[in-house]
Amino acid sequence: MSGKGAPAIVMEAVHKWFGEFHVLKGIDLEVAEQQKVVICGPSGSGKSTLIRCINALEDYQQGRIVVDGIEVTKDVKNVEAIRREVGMVFQQFNLFPHLTVLENLILAPMHVRHMPRKEAEELAMQLLERVKIPEQAHKYPGQLSGGQQQRVAIARALCMKPKIMLFDEPTSALDPEMIKEVLDVMVELAEAGMTMVVVTHEMGFAKSVADYIVFMDEGEIVEIAPPSTFFTSPKSERTRLFLSQILHH
Amino acid sequence: MAVAERGRSPALLPPVSERLGPLAWLKRNLFSTWYNSLLTILVGYLLYVVLVPFFEWAILNATFFGDSKEACDFDGACWALITSRLGQYLYGLYPVAERWRVNAAFLLLILAMVPLFLPRFRHRLLYACGLVFLYPPVAYLFFAGGVFGLPFVETAQWGGLFLTLVIAGVGITASLPIGVLLALGRRSEMPVIRALCVVFIEVIRGVPLVTILFMASVMLPLFLPPGVTIDKLLRALIGVALFASAYMAEVVRGGLQGIPKGQYEAAMALGLGYWQMMGYVVLPQALRMVIPGIVNTFIGLFKDTALVTIIGLYDLLGMSRFIIQDPKWLGLAAESYLFAGFGFWVFCFAMSRYSMYVEKVLSAGERR
Repeated sequence: MSGKGAPAIVMEAVHKWFGEFHVLKGIDLEVAEQQKVVICGPSGSGKSTLIRCINALEDYQQGRIVVDGIEVTKDVKNVEAIRREVGMVFQQFNLFPHLTVLENLILAPMHVRHMPRKEAEELAMQLLERVKIPEQAHKYPGQLSGGQQQRVAIARALCMKPKIMLFDEPTSALDPEMIKEVLDVMVELAEAGMTMVVVTHEMGFAKSVADYIVFMDEGEIVEIAPPSTFFTSPKSERTRLFLSQILHH
Repeated sequence: MAVAERGRSPALLPPVSERLGPLAWLKRNLFSTWYNSLLTILVGYLLYVVLVPFFEWAILNATFFGDSKEACDFDGACWALITSRLGQYLYGLYPVAERWRVNAAFLLLILAMVPLFLPRFRHRLLYACGLVFLYPPVAYLFFAGGVFGLPFVETAQWGGLFLTLVIAGVGITASLPIGVLLALGRRSEMPVIRALCVVFIEVIRGVPLVTILFMASVMLPLFLPPGVTIDKLLRALIGVALFASAYMAEVVRGGLQGIPKGQYEAAMALGLGYWQMMGYVVLPQALRMVIPGIVNTFIGLFKDTALVTIIGLYDLLGMSRFIIQDPKWLGLAAESYLFAGFGFWVFCFAMSRYSMYVEKVLSAGERR
């Protein structure tokens, strides 16, 4: 964990229940500014729930989460302040189908950041250049491929100039030939110094980008290690089993 | 495999669509078998028996102009009734000298709505909201008068198609926003608001419109302190608007349920507040999805306005009943009601076609 800056996200003993079901069982996690963290684990291990707690898409019942110095509570003002600083990319893209690509991008900057339309459009075009699809600006999401849609979704999140980016399985809904174009954008973003928390099974991405990898199982963090040791000498038996399952096919 | 062995197959052209001459079409569709031929002849005969006499009655033997039914041919329709009383069908008992005010107000509305149809107009929604709040008082000044030297015309004199349009117009413009609020309230996480909305919707929807109108006209005055009266038309308007809102709420709720959870989450994750999320992301999609249902409610409402006749308002249907009570025109119910029915049909059909057009425009290019 080199180059550790000020903490961007701090989670302390976070517990969450869905009704009777204990999803998160005492999560402790710290992400420093500019760090990239990859979270992996079997399905149902609580990894998506964990990152959705960071921008308050899910609430939690015990413990404490502090994002960019603001505690995540149920208070609307707090939640909105956090969401302004935290961008999120979803598995299913979740673009707004009734708006063009450009309109998708400028919606939040205009109405949340009160940016003038012209400025927002300029910013949006810059970001579309960055994700390499400026020519699609005036199309509707339904006219784009999955990979293009996900890149638009990344650009849309970046349009709010977030300090932290959350990715919830960004490539899981994509056809194999489109995964690379999305990962390339994420790698570029990581190189530019963005603080990132990524839930993914793309171990190649984890190896090359992550400062450390978090392995979760049954609502607990089983292991936290930098990629160099995570893949070669995992401490826990469960990690070893998981790695053998996802790497050997 | 067989496909591989056959090698390259010649490019397949789409099958040529057959073009049938009229005779061949008749043979294939109407006379293909002996029982189809029999049915065709039978139905043709029935149509002949019904339509020809109707045509003779309505057009060939009809009398189109005249001062009373004495002028009419006994064998044909007496459209003279309509032509000589057209003013009353359109304006009810509104004073003849003041009818221009009604026309002027409707013309004003049409002119005011022009910007809504300009493709490059950005603030359409804002403008429409302004219109909804500003136009009714202006229209009321035109219709009722009593200021700027316009003689006062009490609402009891409003009638005919004019009154039908006033009631339907108010019902339609009030029901959409109120219905949207009720639908949002019903899905709200605040228990009090949710309960209020559920009770309102279920009570109003569980009661026939006739009952609401009766209650508004008969019972409401009993609860008001003596001396306080609310205009009969106003009471009917409120009744119709609330009734339509409850139906609209359920239509809109159907649309809201069709919006995937991811849309809400994406909007929230971007930092949009509740009203921004609803206004920019959820409602535009939800309302678009239920345009057929919304227009269906509008059309139902338009026709339901005819019920106000039973509380003594003279809308288009009420006027058609009123006019044939005149001894000069006694017994011409068929002509009068046909005309009223035609009037309702024209507007409902226009709404239906317009909604189809709107659906086509909105869905163009957006989805594959």
